[in-house]
Amino acid sequence: MSDSTVTAQETAGSAQAHHGEHPPYQRHHFESVEQQFDTTNFAMWLFLLTEVMFFGGLFMAYLLMRNWYYPAFVEASHQLNIGWGTANTAVLISSSFTMAMGVYSAEMRRKGALVFFLVLTFILGLAFLGIKSIEYSEKWEKFHIPGIRYSTSAFTNPQSDPEVYKEYHDKPLPPDMASKTELYFFLYFAMTGMHALHMIIGIAILGFMIFRAKNDAYTTGHVTFVENFGLYWHFVDIIWIFLFPLLYLISRY
Amino acid sequence: MNQISPVLWQFLVKWMTNFSLFPPEASKIAPQMDALFFFMVLVSLIGLTLVVLLLVSFSILYHKNRNPVATQIEGSTLLEATWTIIPLGLFLIMFVWGALLYFRIYTPPANAMNIYVVGKQWMWKAEHPGGQHEINSLHIPINQPVQLTIISQDVFHSFSIPAFRVKREAIPGRYTTVWFEATATGTYHLFCTQYCGTNHSQMIGDVVVMTPEDFKQWLATSTSGNSLAQNGERLFSSLSCTACHNTRPDARGPNLTGVYGSHLTLTSGQTITVDDAYLRSAILNPSQHITQGYAPIMPTYQGQISEDGVIALVEYLKHLNTDYRLQQTTNTTELLPEQEGATTPAGKAAPAGEVKQ
Amino acid sequence: MSAATIVTLPDQSTARIPKMNFLTKENGLLSWLLTGDHKRIATLYLISITFFFFIGGALAGLIRLELLTPQSDLMAADTYNKVFTMHGVIMVFFFLVPSVPATIGNFLIPMMVGAKDLALPKVNLLSWYLYVVAGFMAIYTMASGGVDTGWTFTTPLSTHYLNTHVISTGLAIFVAGFSSIFTGLNFIVTIHKMRCPGMTWFRLPLFVWSNYAASILMVLGTPVLAITLVLIVLERTVGIGVFDPAKGGDPLLFQHLFWFYSHPAVYIMILPGMGVISEVVSTFSRKRVFGYTAVAFSSVAIAVFGFFVWAHHMFIMGISNYAVLVFSLLTMLVAVPSAIKIFNWAFTLYKGSITFETPMLYAFGFMGLFTIGGLTGVFLGASGTDIHLTETYFIVAHFHFVMVGGMLMAFLSGIHFWWPKWTGRMYPEKISQLAAVVTFIGFNFTFFPQFILGMLGMPRRYAAYPPEFQVLNVFSTAGASILGVGYLLPIIYLTWSLKYGAIAGNNPWQATGLEWQTQSPPLTENFPEIPIMDHEAYDYEWLEAQQRKEVASV
Repeated sequence: MSDSTVTAQETAGSAQAHHGEHPPYQRHHFESVEQQFDTTNFAMWLFLLTEVMFFGGLFMAYLLMRNWYYPAFVEASHQLNIGWGTANTAVLISSSFTMAMGVYSAEMRRKGALVFFLVLTFILGLAFLGIKSIEYSEKWEKFHIPGIRYSTSAFTNPQSDPEVYKEYHDKPLPPDMASKTELYFFLYFAMTGMHALHMIIGIAILGFMIFRAKNDAYTTGHVTFVENFGLYWHFVDIIWIFLFPLLYLISRY
Repeated sequence: MNQISPVLWQFLVKWMTNFSLFPPEASKIAPQMDALFFFMVLVSLIGLTLVVLLLVSFSILYHKNRNPVATQIEGSTLLEATWTIIPLGLFLIMFVWGALLYFRIYTPPANAMNIYVVGKQWMWKAEHPGGQHEINSLHIPINQPVQLTIISQDVFHSFSIPAFRVKREAIPGRYTTVWFEATATGTYHLFCTQYCGTNHSQMIGDVVVMTPEDFKQWLATSTSGNSLAQNGERLFSSLSCTACHNTRPDARGPNLTGVYGSHLTLTSGQTITVDDAYLRSAILNPSQHITQGYAPIMPTYQGQISEDGVIALVEYLKHLNTDYRLQQTTNTTELLPEQEGATTPAGKAAPAGEVKQ
Repeated sequence: MSAATIVTLPDQSTARIPKMNFLTKENGLLSWLLTGDHKRIATLYLISITFFFFIGGALAGLIRLELLTPQSDLMAADTYNKVFTMHGVIMVFFFLVPSVPATIGNFLIPMMVGAKDLALPKVNLLSWYLYVVAGFMAIYTMASGGVDTGWTFTTPLSTHYLNTHVISTGLAIFVAGFSSIFTGLNFIVTIHKMRCPGMTWFRLPLFVWSNYAASILMVLGTPVLAITLVLIVLERTVGIGVFDPAKGGDPLLFQHLFWFYSHPAVYIMILPGMGVISEVVSTFSRKRVFGYTAVAFSSVAIAVFGFFVWAHHMFIMGISNYAVLVFSLLTMLVAVPSAIKIFNWAFTLYKGSITFETPMLYAFGFMGLFTIGGLTGVFLGASGTDIHLTETYFIVAHFHFVMVGGMLMAFLSGIHFWWPKWTGRMYPEKISQLAAVVTFIGFNFTFFPQFILGMLGMPRRYAAYPPEFQVLNVFSTAGASILGVGYLLPIIYLTWSLKYGAIAGNNPWQATGLEWQTQSPPLTENFPEIPIMDHEAYDYEWLEAQQRKEVASV
């Protein structure tokens, strides 16, 4: 791990540096901009590690329940629209690309490009949430909201749902296995909901960043915020890359 | 001493003659556990004494007044190795010994007499196979291995008999077991040790260990009339289990004669040994426990049957050793008042009072 | 013996608290509420956790009063259940977890590594605000009727069978958890990235190593608690079924998720305390800690192993015998590094020059009581004995020995040790030594009988008990009243010392460590210039050379 001894030479020099001789965005407890960037970058990676542990609990529950109730999980996953899921995956991957381009633009100090890419990322993020809300409302229509508005009739009698039946020709589940589909949907909502919450927070920060980017905050050498946010955004993307096959593609490989 | 107020004196006397420092050893495993416990106490005492000795002697010998200048010492790999390896060695001895004890306590012998225990807020229900039911008490014979099959009806409880040194959690949704062999007659505490709500402290009772003769007498006078298996048979009939699980060759469900203890292959290909836990799961979550060669049409009885009911069914199946017995049960189905006017899945109504072949 | 002391104070007739220090730099409420200064945040934390400690302590007093008699006669059973639940929740989440890290750690770690502040000062302040919000939520819960799940929130009791304020408590702990995560995150980043030139890992004070290890646990373990609490709230409100066997869920899943955090949590609680002991034992024997590398690696070993032993809280819950074997073995392994530390501290005294100021008295108390507490943990880690001892007062005694006899003593040791640095004033020595002794005596009276009660089989969380347990319970309550006095005294005399204590000067203890080379109280920026570390930790020869230079150059 790189540590501050690497910047010893610089530090020794800047230790005598006068108060006004460092860039305005360098905080006073850092000895150099490099140290500031290095430190905050490391902090963001560590924070993302905590997020992995946070989602980990849900993944653990998923692992267990899918193992115990595989038939229920298979049939319940057929209720998810692969089309929308794939679209969302494409949207998120693209948004990661535009975000990376944004970071690059910031590093190249190109304000116009930065704002452009941030706005694109913002729009793609909203698109993801839009598709998600379409999917969620469909679940509401079909009585697949666990605990609040739930019916297992689509699983005990798959032919009552012609769209899904046409594609998968599921066999009817016995009632006790059908009741386990509620667990699947709980995990679906918990995992995608937690993911969506992180997306919403990210989009809000993006909005803030677009405003600041317009005022040259990130294109004068101080790219830390954009870079670290980029990390966060990519992380949210990666979580989705895991969620998609686990939730949508259970029987498709 | 008479200067002390008589009230206070009474208190003191009561206290001093009514307190204990060590629980009685009333089971076969108790002295074994106590042996390990005292070994640990001994090791702890020695360890503590050693540490205290070091601290005290160094404090005296190297007090500032005695030793005004400290000698800087980096360390000693030899010492580090010593106080790593010796504690580790001692702890590993305790690990092995403890593990042996643990396996012993949770592996019942084949000849153990089984008693079911259902914990619920806030009482213990013990059900003997002969139909004796007890609340907050457990009567057992001395010198006989007894296995408890424990389950909770609601929240986590924990069945604890300190005098026997055994304890087992009562968990909703699954059976847990523990066994012991009492070695001393008497009455001992029974506690619930897992916090379970308002009256957790009241969920206590007595374990009464009796001589075999006294126990037989107790069994005879405490029975409610029907044994658990008989109750189970009644349930097996009234819940229409016989509609599919009967002796007919074209039956929709497997013939359950002798199923307990047998090896069963499920539709998933998995082979399992049929025990209490399997039977319970098969009743409550049948679709995952379908025997190979049969269709997954068994309905679930989750919500329709209490834990006591499940226990009765399990007991019935445990003793279902002959086709004759199963046939008798099937015959009973048509005789039951609950079946009056009901259509059997075969489509025929069963008029009350008629005996069907 | 009492004449010997290493305390060296400046001439009191001419000494003054330095005019410019972190306390006087800015004035006004906002300068405190919007501060980024780690020392101010540490002070805010100190006040908050002391407040919660006394609430938790009052609840403990109520518990002990109830247990004077075998009947449940002081309060209704439901009330007693709420009292011990709130005692546990407050003491664990609002006192023990943040105790040393958020106060002493926040105050010292930047100075110990030679930095001007923690890496992320705003996150540090956010951490305190989250703690305060969580605290308000906890107080709201208490005021509006309390919660009676036990601090362990066992499902399905907490999700389906209680109608008390489970959700608000769960959310309060959720928020407090994030406070803890941010503190730990800040520490890890600071220690990795902001060490001053020359400060290699092995020149760091052992306090830093211990807090680093605890921070790893905070950062990796607490999120799992967070998600578990979310699941509890969902289960309770929406009824998702994840812990409900009737719906296909598993109550044992909750146990695994809960203990996956809550076991590392106990190491989060104790490791920083161990760090304090390293510093104190070294200073008051005038010697480098014996086996520095061993102690440093032990801290990390405890943290790593600590993640792999959680199911030893579940030995009787129906997990497979083979799982029990694995976890029991790992539990034995995690006990070893703690033993290593105790011996290393003891041997630090060897050929040292020892004095018995208050911090050292508390440190001695720690070493004795933590040894007992830790050894009784081994009783519980051996699966066979755990069957009899678990869920009884043996467990209660075990964790109070390590947490109160261990951690709380370490906390008090640290508070006394760094009090002069923090406030610029010394606490009164005689009364503080008395308080330490009173605490030690009271503690033993309170908790030792509980080992016996546990062996007898007295269950935990019982408001009423069989009469033959009464004598031991009365002993325990008597001890608790002594213990209470021992904890009240420091509040009184430490507050007194703020105005009337002797001026401490930079280094009243003649300690090594970068924090002692600055003024007391320190400047806001800690050091006018970033220091360069050119000597090992606990280098008393370097210190002597420094002092000779100072004398010579005046």
